[in-house]
Amino acid sequence: MDSALILEWVIKSAILIFVLLTGFAYLTLFERRALARIQVRIGPNRAGPFGLLQPVADGLKLIFKEELTPAEADKVLFTLAPVVTVVPALILAAVIPWGRDVTLFGRQVSLSVADLNVGVLYIMAVSSIAVYGIVLAGWSSNNKYALLGGLRSSAQMISYELALGLAFVPAILLADSMRMVDIVEAQHPWWFVVIQPVGTAIFLIATLAEVNRAPFDMPEAEQELTAGYHTEYSGMKFALFFMAEYAKMIVISSIAATLFFGGYLGPGVDRYPWLGPLYLFIKIVILLFGMIWLRATFPRIRYDRLMAFGWKVLLPLALAVTFITALGIVLEMLWLIPVLSLAAGLFTVAMVHRALRRKAYARA
Amino acid sequence: MVPVTYYVALSAVLFVIGVLGVLLRRNALIIFMSVELMLNSANLVFVAFARLFEGLAGQVFVFFVMTVAAAEVAVGLALIVAIFRSKRSVDVDQMSSLKG
Amino acid sequence: MTNLVLFLVLAVVAVVTALGMLLSRNAVYAALFLVLNFATVAVFYILLEAPFIAMTQVTVYAGAIMVLFLFVIMLLGAERLPGTEPLPWQRPLAIFLALVLAVEAGYLLFARRAAGGMFASAAPDFGSPQAIGTMLFNRYLLPFEVTSVLLLVAMVGAIVLTKKEKGGRE
Repeated sequence: MDSALILEWVIKSAILIFVLLTGFAYLTLFERRALARIQVRIGPNRAGPFGLLQPVADGLKLIFKEELTPAEADKVLFTLAPVVTVVPALILAAVIPWGRDVTLFGRQVSLSVADLNVGVLYIMAVSSIAVYGIVLAGWSSNNKYALLGGLRSSAQMISYELALGLAFVPAILLADSMRMVDIVEAQHPWWFVVIQPVGTAIFLIATLAEVNRAPFDMPEAEQELTAGYHTEYSGMKFALFFMAEYAKMIVISSIAATLFFGGYLGPGVDRYPWLGPLYLFIKIVILLFGMIWLRATFPRIRYDRLMAFGWKVLLPLALAVTFITALGIVLEMLWLIPVLSLAAGLFTVAMVHRALRRKAYARA
Repeated sequence: MVPVTYYVALSAVLFVIGVLGVLLRRNALIIFMSVELMLNSANLVFVAFARLFEGLAGQVFVFFVMTVAAAEVAVGLALIVAIFRSKRSVDVDQMSSLKG
Repeated sequence: MTNLVLFLVLAVVAVVTALGMLLSRNAVYAALFLVLNFATVAVFYILLEAPFIAMTQVTVYAGAIMVLFLFVIMLLGAERLPGTEPLPWQRPLAIFLALVLAVEAGYLLFARRAAGGMFASAAPDFGSPQAIGTMLFNRYLLPFEVTSVLLLVAMVGAIVLTKKEKGGRE
């Protein structure tokens, strides 16, 4: 292990964290502007051209705000919780490949921080750790709304983690590897979203629940729980929660892009490997816009329905999709996978529709 | 490299701490956690010896132990919740009567 | 040398967190110490070239089992218990028995120290997901299926135990 390699790792990690933190800041601006456009408003446009300095102003404001700690709170955990929330969001990005190997200053440099042979499992492990921050924030605040928010989020995240984990399986099966680079390279002619559209949909829905975004933002439902787990947080500690949520959005989008939308692949990547990060960036921005669009469009789901949806709809469908993918691979008929899984998806949608119709009749 | 004996010694220490937890604590939840600690220390030895003998059977066995632990926790926590509903306590000394 | 230092540091962390679990009065802290302990053991697995098991350890133990523990502790509000001590002789006896166990293990380790041996360098794909999967689905297929039945039974058991009876109160 030579020192140049360690230096390379340090530089790549620093770049990654820098990109995530700037990305977080500008994602908040992007979200506010996009939401404003959807709601026929203008959005923040005063600080700098197009409001580009707005994140800086927000950051300064949050730094200078007073930090309150409730008197009866558990001081240690209250301080630790925001940190525990941010760290998984940042280290999750370590296994995502940004592009093929490039030659830089006479060295072969691989464009990912860590190329693990258990990359997908790493993502599952780290994302399952992420729940601690929220649960601890809720418990240590010694506030009933915060506790309820924390409990809701832990139940929600455990439930949707199952569907999320199963949604990884089609990508692993199709690529025959858990290494992220292999998964990207296996999508060369066809992206996995084409082969397994329903698996992709399950993944996207489960990740929405996993990052607590609307319409699954139950843990911080302001109408019922004031602000859920971060009710008692202010100043920089609140900013850390905010940062974790948005950094996680970016990372989850990049994971979705890598697993199902071809990652850094795109026309011309074979000849110019530097195009890889650019393609990945474009895909991430499109997915992020999708998340913001969903937030602007759908109202929040009722909590019992959210859990019922996770356990009774998403999990069985994910199992069916896994089975169908394995079947298609064993029979060596890849066209079977999208056909059968779309049929299963349509069947599920029809059943949910029927159940909701019945409930509506019963009420009337 | 570290000799395998170190791993066995560490695992023994962790196991003894787990035993102490089961014997000393009165909170059913913490007794449960101590059982998990003991299972975990056994897993550590399995993986160490799998590495020593270069056979994967040890790692596969750890996989099974984890599954059993998960099943055990699901049922055990359900039991604790059910007992808490009737007794309003998770103290094992309170669970002395045979009637629920 | 680096490996030895790493081992010692991690071993200290593992033992301290285990002791923290044992000694902390607050059940939430006990659970968190145990999470740290499991994470440390996961690092040991990586040192022992078992990345698959390490990741499963974090996902299953830290991510699922301990979250369930925390969930139940917070749901029941059972983090603090009044220290009742109905059996006065139990504490000394427990410590004595644990010491006996520790001495026994120490003696065995000392007596058979020659049998240990060092790790040889492993094959490059040792402990890779492919190797474990091949083994799991060929030689250990029957135990694997039995575990799935076990999980199903546990799931049914947990639901039956916690489900409120229909018509009855609570």
